[in-house]
Amino acid sequence: MKLLVTSSPHIHSTITTRRLMADVLLALLPAALAGIYFFGLRALGMMAVSVATCLASEALCCVVARRHGALSDGSAAVTGLLLALTLPASAPYWVAAVGGVFAIVVVKALFGGLGQNLFNPALAARAFLMLLFPASLTRFAAVGVRLPAAAMSVDVVASATPLHYMVMPQLPELSLLDAFLGNMPGCIGEVSALALLLGGAYLLARKVITWQIPVGYLATVALLTLVFPKGSQPFAWMGYELLCGGLILGALFMATDYATSPVTPLGQLVYGMGCGVLTVVLRYFGLFPEGVTYAILLMNACAWDFDRILPPKRFLMKRGGRGQ
Amino acid sequence: MRKAYFWGGIHPKGNKSMSRGQDSLPAPQFKTVVLPMVQHIGVACTPLVKPRDQVKLGQKIGDGAGVCAPVHASVSGKVLAVEPRPHPSGREVLSVVLENDGLDTLAPTMHAHHDHRNLEPNEILAIVHEAGIVGMGGATFPTDVKAFSALGKVDCMIINACECEPYITSDDTLICHFPQEALGGTEVLQWTLQPARTVIAIEDNKPEAIAVLRQILRGRTDLELLVLPTRYPQGAEKQLIQAVTGRLVPPGALPATVGCAVFNIATAAAIWRAVYAGQPITRRIVTITGDGVAAPQNMILRIGSSFADAIDAAGGLLEGTKKVISGGPMMGFAQKRLDIPILKGTNAILCLKHGNETLENPVCIRCARCVSVCPMHLQPLYLYRFTKLRSVAQLTRFHLMDCIECGCCSFICAGQLPLVEQIRAGKQMWKEANQR
Repeated sequence: MKLLVTSSPHIHSTITTRRLMADVLLALLPAALAGIYFFGLRALGMMAVSVATCLASEALCCVVARRHGALSDGSAAVTGLLLALTLPASAPYWVAAVGGVFAIVVVKALFGGLGQNLFNPALAARAFLMLLFPASLTRFAAVGVRLPAAAMSVDVVASATPLHYMVMPQLPELSLLDAFLGNMPGCIGEVSALALLLGGAYLLARKVITWQIPVGYLATVALLTLVFPKGSQPFAWMGYELLCGGLILGALFMATDYATSPVTPLGQLVYGMGCGVLTVVLRYFGLFPEGVTYAILLMNACAWDFDRILPPKRFLMKRGGRGQ
Repeated sequence: MRKAYFWGGIHPKGNKSMSRGQDSLPAPQFKTVVLPMVQHIGVACTPLVKPRDQVKLGQKIGDGAGVCAPVHASVSGKVLAVEPRPHPSGREVLSVVLENDGLDTLAPTMHAHHDHRNLEPNEILAIVHEAGIVGMGGATFPTDVKAFSALGKVDCMIINACECEPYITSDDTLICHFPQEALGGTEVLQWTLQPARTVIAIEDNKPEAIAVLRQILRGRTDLELLVLPTRYPQGAEKQLIQAVTGRLVPPGALPATVGCAVFNIATAAAIWRAVYAGQPITRRIVTITGDGVAAPQNMILRIGSSFADAIDAAGGLLEGTKKVISGGPMMGFAQKRLDIPILKGTNAILCLKHGNETLENPVCIRCARCVSVCPMHLQPLYLYRFTKLRSVAQLTRFHLMDCIECGCCSFICAGQLPLVEQIRAGKQMWKEANQR
């Protein structure tokens, strides 16, 4: 009998990359379904195009980089779905396709593939699309207009999102409950806070993510908007700031992206808080009503530095103690 | 009371029931035993016998100077050879090969005492040394040296009965079958070191052993039984001290620097046998277990019995067994051959059907699980990365040498990276770079 000799440990947990990615996809399901419910089958079409393009690009990169099997880890599908959720349902399908190719080929593969990318592929692709096709990404169909899936592009009568009102600045005309449920114009996956929170709770319960980044992020935004409201109703202002735009999608699913966030608990907390500060600054003083995308991308750039600056406390040494 | 706590750790499947709950312990004897001159950490022994010599059970057959634990004949019979033989470390080690005559003729060497309280600490340590006692949990550091370095410095002594590695039940079995030996040895150590507090620490996945200990400790105020929630690596020295006392042993320092000493409960039992029965270490309880062996069980085996004989006595290997491990699944060593002997520190022979092979192209996705489970507060993903990049300066910065190689990071890694394997390689690289 030939005995196998490998290094210890000789057992492994059931956690694998594929399982984690499957959990993320499952956690995104409520938000995806909410998107289809509010925007019609075209939302499903956007997701299909985006996911398919990402998978195809990943397959191509695997062949070029001679890294077989990387396709089956599911990370490209997660990127594709996340990208679709950050786009308006009314955007042309080819915009999603361009974004998918950019996310996988440029942002992920050229940086070295899974786990090596500096920026979140879905968000970087969204920022890229914002740059090239701003009109497609900033026009939103009105509430209740369910878009057909068939046409490559659809013409919509542009409708202002709640964040557009808040730039004025004034409180949007919808109730906080509608904002919570998702009954408002916006991108496919960002509108329903309820669906996103369900998915986030699942990720936390399955220990796919930890609390530090989402809590640090959301608490910072809540605090800053409460202390510096525009108008005379700080609590309502804070509520709309939290529920409108891509904040919850960003805090639960984008800022927590493994490759582009810190690995140490304290680093994650400070990173989340940094995302929160930047989001509020960009929303208050930026060119666009929305600030989540650029806030997270900016923080992505220094994620790895947090690991060095805020390491776990050494066993009986002060923080930052020298090695022996 | 302070809540027992250490950072990180994992909850692997225990798999302890398959080898637990025997009414009697078999003690098979085999035709030959191989006694390596290295069964401890320290200086190798020099053989004291030559081929064709007759030896008796318990006769000292190897000894050395300095940090060293003598080796004793574990059977009576004839010396067949004194030559290098395969050793569980993977090397060939000078060994004394004995042919067992099956008579167990005793060597009249050591004196059996009636009461350890008539002995001075240094007399007890001399007995412990003469009996060849080493850390029986697998660390195999000579116990007399460890105890000597702790004399007068210890206010909390911990008897380690955690047995946190999955599958292994040898300490559990020891407590259930020989509670008086375990307790007696603890009292001898207590008398020697005079700590203010003595704690027997055990994990809550051993209800029978806990019941036995509760029974014999009833009414005792000088001995404390601490039942800890099961979590690997609770039985690691630094983590156990942290869990029991909240103190952190600094990198590179001994437990005595924070006023603690930790002894395995099997070591305590061996001390009792040395003091009260005059017996050196000639046998130990070994768990032979795993899905690759026909009848998983605990046995009392002579030191030097071969893995092959021991596995045969447990019904033999099953078809499809891929690995035989000396020790537990988290820190044990996979063996390529079975003609190797059981040593003083061999607490288990684990036979597994799953190989846990490393992937061809493992990829770190930075999921941060290795950081959250590391009981030494390290960032294993960076130790892996900088070992691959051969950056000694960065390895120093990330405290490479603090790693205790417990295996939690590799166990939990979603990308199935061989983290511990790389970290070991990194330590080797670090040592070479720092010697120059």
